Amino acid sequence: MIIRIASRSILRNARRSTATIAAVAVGAVAMLSFSAFKNQTMIGLQTAIVERAGHLTIFREGYNDFGTANPAAYDIAGYTELLGTLRTDPELSPMINVATPVVALGGIASNFALDTSKTFAGQGILPSDRDKMQRWNEYGLSGGAFQTTGLRDDDSNRGVVGSGLARMLGFCEALGGQDCPRSAGHSAATDADKRDFTALVGSDRELNRTVSTTPRIDLLASTAGGAPNIVQMDIGQATKIGAKELDDSFVRMHIGLAQRLLYGNAEPRATSIDVQLHHTADLPAAIDRIKTLNRTGKLGLEVRDFAELTPSYGQIVGMYTAIFAFISIVIGIVVLFSIVNTMSMTVMERINEIGTSRALGFRRSRIGMQFLAEGVLLGTVGATAGVAIAVALVTTINGLGLSWMPPGATVPTPFRLLLAGQEASVFATWLALVLISVVATVLPAMRAARMTTVDSLRHV
Amino acid sequence: MTDGAPGNAVVLQSVSREYVEGDVAVVALKDVSMTIPRGRFSMLVGPSGSGKTTLLNIIGCIDQQTSGHVEVCGHDIKALSDNRVADFRAENIGFIFQGFNLLPVLTAQENVEYALLLLGFSASERQSRARAMLSRVGLGDHLHHRPNQLSGGQKQRVAIARALAKDPEIVLADEPTANLDSETGRQIIDLMRTMQREFHTSFIFSTHDPQLISEADETYRIRDGIVVERSVKELVA
Repeated sequence: MIIRIASRSILRNARRSTATIAAVAVGAVAMLSFSAFKNQTMIGLQTAIVERAGHLTIFREGYNDFGTANPAAYDIAGYTELLGTLRTDPELSPMINVATPVVALGGIASNFALDTSKTFAGQGILPSDRDKMQRWNEYGLSGGAFQTTGLRDDDSNRGVVGSGLARMLGFCEALGGQDCPRSAGHSAATDADKRDFTALVGSDRELNRTVSTTPRIDLLASTAGGAPNIVQMDIGQATKIGAKELDDSFVRMHIGLAQRLLYGNAEPRATSIDVQLHHTADLPAAIDRIKTLNRTGKLGLEVRDFAELTPSYGQIVGMYTAIFAFISIVIGIVVLFSIVNTMSMTVMERINEIGTSRALGFRRSRIGMQFLAEGVLLGTVGATAGVAIAVALVTTINGLGLSWMPPGATVPTPFRLLLAGQEASVFATWLALVLISVVATVLPAMRAARMTTVDSLRHV
Repeated sequence: MTDGAPGNAVVLQSVSREYVEGDVAVVALKDVSMTIPRGRFSMLVGPSGSGKTTLLNIIGCIDQQTSGHVEVCGHDIKALSDNRVADFRAENIGFIFQGFNLLPVLTAQENVEYALLLLGFSASERQSRARAMLSRVGLGDHLHHRPNQLSGGQKQRVAIARALAKDPEIVLADEPTANLDSETGRQIIDLMRTMQREFHTSFIFSTHDPQLISEADETYRIRDGIVVERSVKELVA
């Protein structure tokens, strides 16, 4: 009977009830839509990172603190055995999609023909592994389009460079770049300088006199032993990197070329192992297992997840979470006062009914429960309608086939608001609005319950 | 306490009731002592402001005296907690109001069932009782009408059915014919009289309707908060 009276009382003031339900529903739609956008941004960012560098990276102990200054001093000898262990471990292997070696290095890249050079930050990778990593699409955000490395396992002389580095080294047009600016400067290098650098590369040049149309650069770095070393790299393509500093210095090459440059004829090594899992949810278990293997095998390694290695990820997640919390609080307050207002008016309009019910023998608590039921019903109907509208809205927007450039991405990705798979979050939003309606109704319900019977019956 | 004998529905001893309105104390009842026997058609009669509604409220346990002693159906009401008083009302007292006071969102049958909610009846028992009582007051074909679909007389019949459905000891009616035309008022009085005889319930009215007063078994005339006269009609054997 309580619910029957509550529902009919709501219908009795249809216009006011509709306005209140609409306020709750709009609040739910706003919260869920922004939540879906936040999820898309965070998961899109996570996808971009995981596609590029995997879920976790294994380094030699100390690499993160000191190794970037001297990667070769913190490399992983016998990395192929380590890869074998990871790929065959009965606990880890079902979780792993790709485990691949990386050689990080830095040096000077130059275009001899144009007399230009630029420092570079490079990475040696195994192309087939990286291409497989690029296909990781746990959340269905890529829309089926994958960015490949543009490299092949059987061509160890090839690499790709950042579009900024390509421009500086004079390969913008040759690599099919658009809006290639002309350098207004002039060469500062003297003939003597040229000769000095040429002397370093001379032996290779003499050996490779064949004329090639492929843009080619020389990479100079010091080996693990400290000696200068140079290799030539054919540039397969220039790729745009999100951050300009990185775009102006990025070089990615076949791991064989990077190992030749860094280790010369010595045993090839890797500076890290990138591991990509099938599912992000397995990350804690995978880290635990790798730590166990490291401890029991005394491997002297350390493991870091993608969030540790990409601090901006945590910052962006934190920022969006804070914005979501702020919006939710504002919406919650609006919904709260909307229901407080409606229920207060309802109580004032039904004072005589309250007196009648009390005279018939209903306890104060029962009177309060009656109004509480009405408030909760309003909130529940509004929140449920809001969830339904939000799902319909998100489905419609996703069906429009829009694309955008999320933070951290270098190519447009499909604009897909994510509510699917976020059932807990949707339920939490629904529950929060219902709880707000409970809180909003408590005061009016208490006021109704406290009324004196005689005064209520006198009220006209 | 000889007045609290089983034969009395209500016993009042030296009952006073004062209100404070602003800075002014208003005395509604002054040292009222009276007994109302069970199973009678009793009237509290007096002009507006005489205190008859206050007296009815105290008898109905929805107001409490400032001083004095009140027993209703043998219970000292002031000794009960607020919840126990509510339970007592639910079990023992039926109300018929001048303005009918039906819940507008409920049908006639549901309004009658509403009063039975607190008495532990099953849903089917409530429904059958409500239907039977509405049929008894002549509204068997108006079970599913809402108050706004009923005339004033029909609303008051629903209120009578609601008051009697739980088979209370006492039915209190505050000017039950005041909002009705004289013909409808006559019908309602006849109905209440019939029901009172049928159910042996104590009916206590506040009224100044001569039609209703003429039906009284007992009349208590009140003026300025004091019972100034009690008259009893000879019962026909």
